[in-house]
Amino acid sequence: MASQATDPDRRGWYRRNEIAVTPWLFLLPGLIFFAIYVIIPIFQSFWISFHEWDGLGEKEWVGLANYERLLGGDRKFETSFWNNVKWLLLYLLAIPMGLFIALFLNQTVFGIRIYKSLFFFPFVISQVVVGLVFSWFYLPNNGLFDVMTGWFGIDIRGGVLGNPDTATYGIIAAGLWPQTAYCMILYLTGLNAVDPEQVEAARLDGAKGHKMLWYVILPQLKPATFIAFVVTIIGALRSFDFIAVMTNGGPFGSTRVLSFYMFEESLSEFGFRMGYGAAIAVVLFFLMLIFICYFLYAMWRDEREAR
Amino acid sequence: MFPTPIAKTSRAWQISYQALLPVALVLWLLPLLAVALFSIKPDADFTNGNYWGWPSSFEGVTNYRKVFFESDMPRYLLNSVMITVPTVLGAVALSAMTGFALGIYKFRSNLPIFFLFIAGNFVPFQILMVPVRDLTVNMGLYDTKLGLVLFHIAFQTGFCTLFMRNFIRTLPYPLIEAARVEGVAEWRIFWYVVMPLMKPALAALSVLIFTFIWNDYFWAVVLTQGPDSQPATAGITAFNSQFRAAYHLMSAGSIVAALPPVLMFFLMQKHFIAGLTLGAVK
Repeated sequence: MASQATDPDRRGWYRRNEIAVTPWLFLLPGLIFFAIYVIIPIFQSFWISFHEWDGLGEKEWVGLANYERLLGGDRKFETSFWNNVKWLLLYLLAIPMGLFIALFLNQTVFGIRIYKSLFFFPFVISQVVVGLVFSWFYLPNNGLFDVMTGWFGIDIRGGVLGNPDTATYGIIAAGLWPQTAYCMILYLTGLNAVDPEQVEAARLDGAKGHKMLWYVILPQLKPATFIAFVVTIIGALRSFDFIAVMTNGGPFGSTRVLSFYMFEESLSEFGFRMGYGAAIAVVLFFLMLIFICYFLYAMWRDEREAR
Repeated sequence: MFPTPIAKTSRAWQISYQALLPVALVLWLLPLLAVALFSIKPDADFTNGNYWGWPSSFEGVTNYRKVFFESDMPRYLLNSVMITVPTVLGAVALSAMTGFALGIYKFRSNLPIFFLFIAGNFVPFQILMVPVRDLTVNMGLYDTKLGLVLFHIAFQTGFCTLFMRNFIRTLPYPLIEAARVEGVAEWRIFWYVVMPLMKPALAALSVLIFTFIWNDYFWAVVLTQGPDSQPATAGITAFNSQFRAAYHLMSAGSIVAALPPVLMFFLMQKHFIAGLTLGAVK
C-alpha cells in the first residue's frame, strides 16, 4: 500500500479520476438540453411576467402590474381558475372508475387479454381526435347524446358544448374517457402483483366484497394509486387540447382554463401579450408546484427507505 | 386473486359475465365505433340527418381515397414521422446516458439532479411556452421540424431519465463491480455491460415516447404553422377547416392520423404497459 501511494501514478488524469468524472460526462448532454429548454425558460417566464412585451420589440418593465390586473378582478382569469378547480376535482373520478373497470376485467376467461387492450384503446388515441369525436357526439339535434337525452325529455339548449352551463362538464367527460383507461391499466398491473396468500388468508378469516377490497386489496395497490393520482393531476392541469378542439374557449369564454387562457393572451389574433400570458403561466406553475412538491416528497421518502 | 375467480362462482354469474363483457366493450368504445361508422358513410347521409343510423351506401373506399389523394393529410403524416422518430432516438439516447450516470454512480448531487429532471417533467407547458418560442424564433427554427424535435428531445429527457434510472437501479450491481475489477473502462461498462441489459427499457420508452410525441398538439401549434412542418394532430384541425361539416371526410382523416400509435400499441403492448406504469408497478 505504502509503496503504491509514494509511487507517482503514471496513469493519465482521466484514468485516475475516471469514477468521479464519468457520471458528469454522461450527464452533460442531457443536462445541457434540459437546462436550455426546460429549467432556464421557467426563470425567463418569471422575468417576462414583470414586463409588457409583444414578443418582438423591447420589453417594457411594469413591475407587478400584470399580477395586479390578473388578481384584481380579471373576469376571464377567475373563470379559468375555477374551471381548473373543476377539472382537478372531477378528473380524479378517473381513479375510482379505472379501479372499477380493472376489477371487472381482472378475470381469466377466454379472450380477456384482447378485452383488456381494447378497453385501454382510448388512451392511445390523440386527444385532438377524442375531442373531435366527442364534439360530434354532443352535436345539438343530430348528436347521439342529444338524441339520448331527448328520450328522457331533457333538452340542453344549444347542445352540451353550446351551453355555458354544461360545456365545461362535457369537455371533462371527454377527458375522463382516456384518463379512466390509463388508471385502469395501472390498476390491472397492480392487481397482478397482489399477494394471493394474503387474499386467501383474509378469505379464511371471512373477509368478503368491499371489506376485502378496502382492507386487503387497496393497501397493496398503493403504488398504483399513487401513480394514477400523479398522472391524473398532471393531466387535469394540462388540459389544453380538448378545449382548443372542442370549444376554443367558448361559449362566451365559459370553458377557458388557465393553460388555454395563457395561450390565448400570448398568441391570439388580438396581438401578442406575452407579459400578461407569462403572468398567467406563473400562477398555473405555482398551482402545479403544490402538487410537484408533494410528489417529490413522496418519491424522496421511498428513495430513503430503499437505501 | 381478487375479485373471486369467475371459475369459482355460480354458473349463472359465469354466463352473465361472459355476456356482459362484449356489451360493456361496445358501450365503452361507442365513440370510436361512431367515427368508424361516419368514415364509411356517404355525404348524403349527413345532409339527410341520418347521422347514427345504418349507412345508405358504403363509401369507405371513396372517403379514404379522398383523404390520401386530395388533401394535405399525407404531408402531415410524413411530418409526424419526421418529428417523432428523431425525437424518440434522441430522447432515448440522452436518457440512457443520464440514467446510467444517476443509477450507477454515487456522488453528492446525484439525487438533486435526479429530482430536477422529475420536477421539470411535471411542469406545465405554458410556463415554458413564451421563452421556448422566443428561443426557437431566434435560432431561425420557427416553423421547422427541427425546432420541434429539439424541444421534444429536451423535454422528454426528464421523463425518460426517471424511467431509465429506476430501471438501471434494478440491475445487479455486482456485475458492474466485477467489470471494474477486470479493469474495464467506464464507458465500456456502459456500452457492453449495461446497454444489453436495458433492451426492455429502451423498447418500452421508445413506444411510449412515440405515442406521446405523435399525439402532441400544443407544441405543434406553438412552434409551427402550415403543412410544411406541422404534424398530423395539428393537421386534423386544418383539415377540418378545409372540409367544414364534411363529417365523413373528417372522421376518415382522424382515423388515419390516429392509427400509427394504435398500431404501435397493439404490436408492442407488453413494453407499452411496462412503460406506462413507470416501471414502479411490476
